Amino acid sequence: MNDRRLATLEVADIKVYLAQSAKLLNLPIPEECEQGVLDNFVRMQAIAALVNEFPLPEDIEIAPIFQP
Amino acid sequence: MNDALSISAAIKSGQTTAKAVIKDTLEQIDRLNPLVNSLTTILRDQAIQDAEVLDRRLAQGEYPGILTGVPFAVKDLTDIQGIVTLAGSKINRDNPPATADATVVTALKQAGAILVGACLMDEYAYGFSTENSHYGASHNPHNLDHVAGGSSGGSAVAVAAGLVPFSLGSDTNGSIRVPAALCGIFGLKPTYGRVSRFGTFPFAGSFDHIGPFARSVSDLAVVFDCLQGHDPQDPISSDRPPALCFPELSKGLSGIRLAVADGHFAQGAHPEVFQALGKVVDALGITAKVTIPEAHRARAAAFLITASEGGNLHLERLRNRPFDFDPATRDRLLAGALAPANWYLQAQKFRNWYREQLEQIFQSVDVILAPTTPCMATKIGQQSINIDGVEILARPNLGVFTQPLSFIGLPIISVPVHLPNSLPLGVQLIAAPYNEALIFRVAKVLEDQGIVAAPVPNLINGSSVYN
Repeated sequence: MNDRRLATLEVADIKVYLAQSAKLLNLPIPEECEQGVLDNFVRMQAIAALVNEFPLPEDIEIAPIFQP
Repeated sequence: MNDALSISAAIKSGQTTAKAVIKDTLEQIDRLNPLVNSLTTILRDQAIQDAEVLDRRLAQGEYPGILTGVPFAVKDLTDIQGIVTLAGSKINRDNPPATADATVVTALKQAGAILVGACLMDEYAYGFSTENSHYGASHNPHNLDHVAGGSSGGSAVAVAAGLVPFSLGSDTNGSIRVPAALCGIFGLKPTYGRVSRFGTFPFAGSFDHIGPFARSVSDLAVVFDCLQGHDPQDPISSDRPPALCFPELSKGLSGIRLAVADGHFAQGAHPEVFQALGKVVDALGITAKVTIPEAHRARAAAFLITASEGGNLHLERLRNRPFDFDPATRDRLLAGALAPANWYLQAQKFRNWYREQLEQIFQSVDVILAPTTPCMATKIGQQSINIDGVEILARPNLGVFTQPLSFIGLPIISVPVHLPNSLPLGVQLIAAPYNEALIFRVAKVLEDQGIVAAPVPNLINGSSVYN
């Protein structure tokens, strides 16, 4: 069974991720905001681990239900 | 005579007029709003005009409604015709004024209530303290150096300071319940979809709820009953017919199975929080406990969904005007916008699992109790709090007990407990979806016993009851 824990990125790698994903979204991160965004993302990564490490049944659907 | 029902009765019986009530209200606002910074917009002329129209209708023998002449205020993410909907922001100042009132405003006006203003909030609702870099902080009426809680701080203060008998706020992860608790008043976060969101500026569509604040259970129930009902203009509005709560209020505790949440909800808070909870638990004679599993993960999942939805909502604004945001919201929104889709999707899957767990729990219990916040109101500007010897960030942690529950849209009233020589605290009364009537009945029992109350503190000369 695969380890469900996602890799925890180090700060250097997070910086790269943020820079590249910001480019992908055409969302310029002003230099003055870089540290704040990084700090928040580091926090969010730890929070995401709590969700991602929890085993769920494979047949569970996402909560929102579309009504055509 | 400072509750909605008494005011309405007094006007309908001719003891006073709507105009007199509104003039008094506006004078009170002029006197106190500079101290507490509750309102961002005051509708002077409009409110007086509305009052005059109401008085004429009464004179002609009409019945304007259950809230005849009652003044109220709304969080400034609520559309008011002719007013720009700020949502606590600077950026929204450039928007055109709202072309129509939000559905909830129309409903309350149809019940005879008179809108007197719009209330301060954390920018774009992303906060638990109402410390806004553009408009200042709302000040807790029980101690002006302390926060009101957020993000509906201004709305809570308007009621807690005695400016108006009721107001409206919004709750995404705790933004009605936290300020209700910290300001010592009643706040209701209804079942998700129970109250129309049409005409309100959003934050996270998965979690946004609109709900009332008041200083009495009866007022809270009457206002909620006016707001219930399907709104075809709101895509998530429930189809269920309204289930009125005011007529249920005096039915007592009979048949209501009560339990206190343990685990996540029984730790990580200052002692007085559990003292306040204990007062309520003892009054109700509760011995049963219930475990809500993985509540800390529910909180985490709510955080991820909020971050992604918030980031997505504001993406264009973040691209074009990042420096016009409150710095406290901007960097969080930027980070959220960059979160990978898989985090969001996994959180939404977890949400289904968690909802099923609570559904099972509510087979054997009807109302669950938990604290609202982990501490009393922090000081304005305070960055951290000490919980169990550990310094943690103050603001995001104000929502530790609220966030896991709004995550799945459960109806919750935060009831106010005033311990001696203490700032107010709140206790959450939590029910299964659509069972607002049960939490109202429990709240009424507590109020009748004097365990919960919302007294208005004396604010003359900025004095407070705490120091």
